[in-house]
Order: sequence, then structure tokens, then C-alpha cells
Amino acid sequence: MQLVPCPWCGPREEAEFHYGGQAHVAHPADPHSLTDAQWADYVFFRDNPKGPFAERWLHAAGCRRWFNAVRDTATHEFVEPSGASR
Amino acid sequence: MNVDHPDFLWRNPDPRPSYDAVIIGGGGHGLATAHYLAKNHGITRVAVLEKGWLAGGNMARNTTIIRSNYLWDESAAIYEHALKLWEGLEEDLGYPLLFSQRGVLNLAHSLQDVRDSRRRVWANQLNGVDAEWLEPEQVAEVCPIVNISPDVRYPVLGATYQPRAGIAKHDYVAWGFARSADAHGIDLIQNCEVTGLEVRDGRMVGVRTTRGRIATGKVALAAAGHTSVLADMVGLRLPLQSHPLQALVSELLEPVHPTVVMSNAVHVYVSQAHKGELVMGAGIDSHNGYGQRGAFHIIERQMAAALELFPVFARAHLLRSWAGIVDVTPDASPIVGLTPIDGLYLNCGWGTGGFKATPAVGWCLAHTVAHDRPHPFNAPFTLERFTTGALVDEHGAAAVAH
Repeated sequence: MQLVPCPWCGPREEAEFHYGGQAHVAHPADPHSLTDAQWADYVFFRDNPKGPFAERWLHAAGCRRWFNAVRDTATHEFVEPSGASR
Repeated sequence: MNVDHPDFLWRNPDPRPSYDAVIIGGGGHGLATAHYLAKNHGITRVAVLEKGWLAGGNMARNTTIIRSNYLWDESAAIYEHALKLWEGLEEDLGYPLLFSQRGVLNLAHSLQDVRDSRRRVWANQLNGVDAEWLEPEQVAEVCPIVNISPDVRYPVLGATYQPRAGIAKHDYVAWGFARSADAHGIDLIQNCEVTGLEVRDGRMVGVRTTRGRIATGKVALAAAGHTSVLADMVGLRLPLQSHPLQALVSELLEPVHPTVVMSNAVHVYVSQAHKGELVMGAGIDSHNGYGQRGAFHIIERQMAAALELFPVFARAHLLRSWAGIVDVTPDASPIVGLTPIDGLYLNCGWGTGGFKATPAVGWCLAHTVAHDRPHPFNAPFTLERFTTGALVDEHGAAAVAH
């Protein structure tokens, strides 16, 4: 089974984690000022690269904390050490 | 011993410098689009570009289930159009497809499942799609090997049943479409990866490939899980996430499973191929991924679900498992139609259920390419719906694997 590097617990099996999708997608500071297209982009559109991808993981069956990691979606390999949740 | 090679089903041409239209992706959708461009619209100066070999992607990896029992009018229309085309496809292509209308059961395991399922049956009936609600005893009449005991963790409380649903042999489907397209003079070009899309003044003018540049004013994307990679080449952002989706087969067994059984709640779908393998599909791996493989715990859970539903499978052996890359949209419905770039046409977001739609995709995408406007059946499935809010939420009908 693939090991996911939790920054607090170390490498643990993938089944302990919940996937959170793309990282660094901030909630709009002033949602009311957004156009429909900007709101659609925030709600429905995420990057989908073949290659390195910054994403969020929750160590659901472990320390219950969120963290960010960079993983290569072509190889499924984690390519950078995981960082703390923002 | 002297053995003659069987007739080749298609030529293996080199790309010409220009075409009237180029289809990117030589899977079921791309080949069906080529067939209907020629047959329905008389457009034959067409190339289908495939980076690997024909029908070696998701067309080789899906579980071949065909049905049209979707909830909303928009979905019922396009999937039922597909099913009607399937019913005449062997004749149309002059090629055997092992299309077998053995029916599909979609099991309900909770009271909410029961309510949703009965609602879907009524919606299907109003749309002219054959569907009925079965109580557990009736489920066992259709498929005696399903465990309808009330003592299991997720008991079968009933099922929707679509008798006209079924399966087909995926390779034969691809070969049938490929043979027809080739016979109409369309070039099927393998080992030809697209490396760039050329746009001038907002119009498509050509594609760059590993086998040279091709000039064309019309490009249709039929690249499933790799659609985002192609769209990125022209800065087109799409609401797609590519995930591995796994499936597996057992060794060859005597015929034991007479229909197709799907279960949203316990995440498994099972049929038995003509040759005898039990064919089972799982849910997607949760993370994004372009590697054509998934995690073993998904297979393990899928097996647990299958064994609870079908105790008779307990001593079957898993022969092999694999994954395809599926492009999933937020509303579990596809995107088929125009883009902000003139001459660039989208066909993506079929997620976990594109095989059943193959003939209708070909029909509608060919129409869209030929007339530069969507066919009525794909008109609702625009890219704009994610901005306007006119979503077609099919998570209930598509959700086994999502």
C-alpha cells in the first residue's frame, strides 16, 4: 500500500487518510463582489495537472490533522516533504 | 502448418499534411465519432490520432455495462439514444459485438436508497425508458445468486431493473467502429501523440504531433482522462479531475450470473463476460492520478462487498486487476460541445460511465463538429453550465463508482 507522509506521524498507509484535493485554494475575501464566472471558478474548477500537484490530506485515522503535500500525479510519488496546514 | 493471417480491419496510414477534421483519441468515443462523421455527414477527410494503440485506454479497461436508467430528462435522452443505437449497431457496423441485453439490477440497501430508486424508476418511465421496481424476492428471481438475506450488514431492500440494459464486447465495439471509419477513408493513426494545439485569432488551425504537424480547422477532443492535459495546451480550464478507476476479473467460470448487478451503497458492480470471467468494477481511488493503477485497499473493499452480495463467489480467484484514468465532473455528467476557441470541440467528463454512451457520443459529437453547433441531445451538456448553474446532477444514477 502507498505510504503517505504525515508531517506529525511519519509515513502511514494510504487507507488512514482522507483526500482533500488541490491545496492553496483560498475562500474569496469578498464573495459578493465575484462575477458568476469567478464564483464558478472557485466552486467547480480545480487544477488537474499530470505531474507535481500541491494537495491537501487529512490523517483521518491518525492525528486528525490536515496538511499539504506535493505529489506527482503521473507516478503517485510524493515529491516534497509535507508541510503543516495553513 | 500454414495459417493465414485474418484480414486486417483497418489500414495503418501515415498522417497527411492536412485534414478537414482531427479527432484526438482513438478509443471508443473517437472511433464512433469518425464513423458517424462519415456515415451521417459525409465528412471523410478526417484523422483519428491515437498516442498508443487503438482502444487501448479506457475502452480496454471498462466493465462494458450498457444502460440508460438515468434520472434527469437530459441524461435519459442521450443515454436512451445510445441504447437505441446499440440495439441496431451490429447491423449498422456489419460486425458482431456480443451485445447482450441481459438487464441490470441497481440494488437499494437503505430506506433512502429505496426512495431514490423508486423515484428514478418513475422518472425513467415518464421518459420512455424501461424500468421497474423489484422487491427482494423478485430480485432473487432475476438473479438467484444475489444474497437477499435480511441478516447481512447492508441487506437488499429491493432494486431497480432495466431489462433492455446489458453488456457488449468492448474490443469488438472499437474494432467495428474502426473498420467502418477506415472503410469510409478515414485515417486511423496510431503511435501519434499530440504535443501542441495551434490557435490563430481564436480559431484552431492545426495540431502538432510526434509524427509531424497537421493543418486542420476542426479538432475534437476524445481523450477521456487526459483531456485536461490537452486543454492546458490552449489555456482552457475545465472542471475535471482525473482519477484512477479500478476493475478486475476472475478466472473463467461456468455461467452463473445471468444479469448485471450494481450497488451504490456497497460500491461494486458485477457481470459475467461471455467467455466466463466475472467482471467487477470498484469506486474511484479518491486522489487525482494519471498512473493507470490504483491502491489495493480499494480492491479489498470491493471484494468484501462482492462477497456479501454473492456468497457463491467465495472460492473464485482474482485473475488480474487494472485501472483506467477517468475524468470526473462536479455533477457527474459529461461535457460535450463547443469551447471559446472556434473549431475546438469538447467531449469529456464521462467519468466512470462513458462506455455505454459510445454510439450516442459519436452521433452527437459528429453532429457538433459537422454543423459547428451541438445536437439537441448534447446541447444541455455545455461547459457554461458550471457558470450558469444549470447542472445535470446524476450522482444518484452514476454514483456507484464516484
